[in-house]
Amino acid sequence: MFDNTASSLAASGVPRYHLTEEHHPENGTLLGFWLYLMSDCLIFACLFAVYGVLGRNYAAGPSGADLFDLPLVAVNTSLLLLSSITYGFAMLEMQRDRLKATLVWLGITGMLGAGFLGLELYEFAHLIHEGAGPQRSAFLSSFFTLVGTHGLHVAFGIIWLVTLMFQVGKHGLIPENRRRLMCLSMFWHFLDVIWIGVFTFVYLMGVLP
Amino acid sequence: MSDHPELTKLIFGRLTWDAIPFHEPILLATFAGVVLGGLGVLGALTYFRLWGMLWRDWITSIDHKKIGIMYIILGLVMLLRGFADALMMRAQQAISFGDAVGYLPPHHYDQVFTAHGVIMIFFVAMPLVTGLMNYVVPLQIGARDVAFPFLNNFSFWMTAFGAALVMASLFVGEFARTGWLAYPPLSGILASPDVGVDYYIWSLQIAGVGTLLSGVNLLATIVKMRAPGMTMMKMPVFTWTSLCTNVLIVAAFPVLTAVLALLSLDRYVGTNFFTNDLGGNAMMYVNLIWIWGHPEVYILILPAFGIFSEVVSTFCSKRLFGYASMVYATVVITILSYLVWLHHFFTMGSGASVNSFFGITTMIISIPTGAKIFNWLFTMYRGRIRFELPMLWTIGFMVTFVIGGMTGVLLAVPPADFVLHNSLFLIAHFHNVIIGGVLFGLLAGITYWFPKAFGYKLDPFWGKCSFWFWLVGFYVAFMPLYVLGLMGVTRRVSHFEDPSLQIWFQIAAFGAVLIALGIASFIIQLVVSFMRRESLRDVTGDPWDGRTLEWATASPPPDYNFAFTPRVHDNDAWYDMKSNGYQRPVTGFLPIHMPKNTSAGFIIAALSAATGFGLIWHMWLLAGVAFVATLVATIVHTFNYKRDYHIPAEEVLRVENARSRLLAGHV
Repeated sequence: MFDNTASSLAASGVPRYHLTEEHHPENGTLLGFWLYLMSDCLIFACLFAVYGVLGRNYAAGPSGADLFDLPLVAVNTSLLLLSSITYGFAMLEMQRDRLKATLVWLGITGMLGAGFLGLELYEFAHLIHEGAGPQRSAFLSSFFTLVGTHGLHVAFGIIWLVTLMFQVGKHGLIPENRRRLMCLSMFWHFLDVIWIGVFTFVYLMGVLP
Repeated sequence: MSDHPELTKLIFGRLTWDAIPFHEPILLATFAGVVLGGLGVLGALTYFRLWGMLWRDWITSIDHKKIGIMYIILGLVMLLRGFADALMMRAQQAISFGDAVGYLPPHHYDQVFTAHGVIMIFFVAMPLVTGLMNYVVPLQIGARDVAFPFLNNFSFWMTAFGAALVMASLFVGEFARTGWLAYPPLSGILASPDVGVDYYIWSLQIAGVGTLLSGVNLLATIVKMRAPGMTMMKMPVFTWTSLCTNVLIVAAFPVLTAVLALLSLDRYVGTNFFTNDLGGNAMMYVNLIWIWGHPEVYILILPAFGIFSEVVSTFCSKRLFGYASMVYATVVITILSYLVWLHHFFTMGSGASVNSFFGITTMIISIPTGAKIFNWLFTMYRGRIRFELPMLWTIGFMVTFVIGGMTGVLLAVPPADFVLHNSLFLIAHFHNVIIGGVLFGLLAGITYWFPKAFGYKLDPFWGKCSFWFWLVGFYVAFMPLYVLGLMGVTRRVSHFEDPSLQIWFQIAAFGAVLIALGIASFIIQLVVSFMRRESLRDVTGDPWDGRTLEWATASPPPDYNFAFTPRVHDNDAWYDMKSNGYQRPVTGFLPIHMPKNTSAGFIIAALSAATGFGLIWHMWLLAGVAFVATLVATIVHTFNYKRDYHIPAEEVLRVENARSRLLAGHV
């Protein structure tokens, strides 16, 4: 029963069955947030699967090849990918404890995100104007839902980012804020990864005949 | 107001006086009863000046033990509602033959069976399971609370407000008439244009957020917060099954969220995911919802398996037989539960290969499950079995669940399923495993851990009455349904022409009455135990000669659970401590770091429910304002950085000294 560590503990007078100092379990926030992200990833997995099933059900309406404006999407994609890089710069500045530079990079990230959203909204408005709204066919329903859900996430990410900029400005780079910045960082990069899937699976493959 | 139809529509949406069921005497009488009962409770709270206590100590509490108890109360209250639905269906089917049409019109009957299923799964079984996990897991792993205490409070209130929305549908508008999974196209806007399906969607979405977050929370708790020395293979089996259940929750509930979101888009925006025209595909809904739905049944049964493992080991005074195989069986079931969803619709016509695959994976699940049954049997073998209440439930479970498992394997054979699909045989099968497995497990768990939570045992006489009424009532109520199902009677039918079937429905109705007596006995048991609490009192904190850490602390445990974090050397940590002369520390206490109560969870959940209510009734103004308010409340909450406090060492000393005196008086 008694393993080595236990007997040496007993020999040194340390109680065998309880700690005598305050126990500090590891903080679970990053793990918890990662688990949340994975659950969110499953929501996107469902939407991708739905797009996979319905993506060619045009119902005699327009197809991806008819609708998608690849240069616009390329600009959009660059904005989002760039925002991931700038978020990375913000994190580097955070590691160096430089408050102001962190805030500047965060601000740039937020603006790139807003630019992405703006272009996406423009694209949506254009499609709806052309009569290719989400009600037109199952293909367009699944297209709007998948891309729109991603856009909604970006929108919430921007709200979160602005909130966090206020909090970092107010309290500085305290441990709580560092943790929050790391969570938002995971969230932001996660949205990037999802977008790469959307770009490839929806836009690039969508324009194939 | 009628002068401004636009404004009225903006504020009230499609809610009019017609939505209040004045013309339904059954609902009106229920409503009167609820209002009177509610007023009585509110009056009593005011008279005894309990509002402050309720708000400070319970509603805003982030203590996992209190949240666990609140989950269980929610589950038990909703059990009464869900069971009332069951009695109504049994009564209707027993009398509605030939010229007699029974007392429930079809549109009402359809709501009753839908509400019964939704409530029993989402608002009875889930809260009871989550409540027990919440209460027990941190104690079993020697932690002070869960990883995210605020989130825990928020999760509970989301679940509770989801339940409140379902209850609201009883008196304001109506509930879905679609069956508990709301298959389109029946649940689509063309076939169900009214509010029923919207109530269904939003109550489940709101409660689903709570369930998902509590899954994340308990996972992080189990992974990160175990006491030193408790490796994965030294965790109590209930903690293991909770871990697997929460993996399933995190991996399954997003699918439900997604599929319900798509259904709501079809209904609100006019998209074509599940419609019959413009390229929609209704079977995709059925696939997706069962990709959630099948893991869901394992989410419910795995913790019950954990409870039985704890109970068998405790009441046979033996180490659990085959701990490692128990763990592996649980993990295998967790994985396999994702590979069987299609057995719910073999009749879809996906072809022989696909059906064979899912038939075989389904049958394979019976192997780890069977291994568990044998482990429990071998634990009992040559043990000193104490036939206390939790053990009775366990033995009742083992017999009943094996029967249900065998009919399940029978249904897993696709050709047999083609005959029995949607028949009462299926209804009998899943009630056999859910009542005989999940419910018996939860009742075993409640009687087992009740003395931990309240410091006194439950009265055994009324508990035995409850057990026997439930057990016999279950067989009388559901064996006839197996017979009817084999004869080809389908589910969800409110009227029959063939009088030769009536006797079986009458027997089943009698069984339901026996179960009602079982529930009544349980309630009497709670009351009697409270009245006799002094004679049932347990001061040791270990009334059953338990084996795991939750029995090492006082009953009820102090806010901080353990004055010093325990150090674990064995699977049965507390048994190991007891047998090696453990001395409870009585000096040297330190201040203990604890999370602070907050009202944010309650407020955000209430605002979410208001958003849901607005969306259900198309009250766009309410929905918009409440949604923005939800966001604002969430953001405001993140500006609160002072979320914890220290219990001073003197306070810990006072609490622990009080316990020392109790223990000394007891010996």
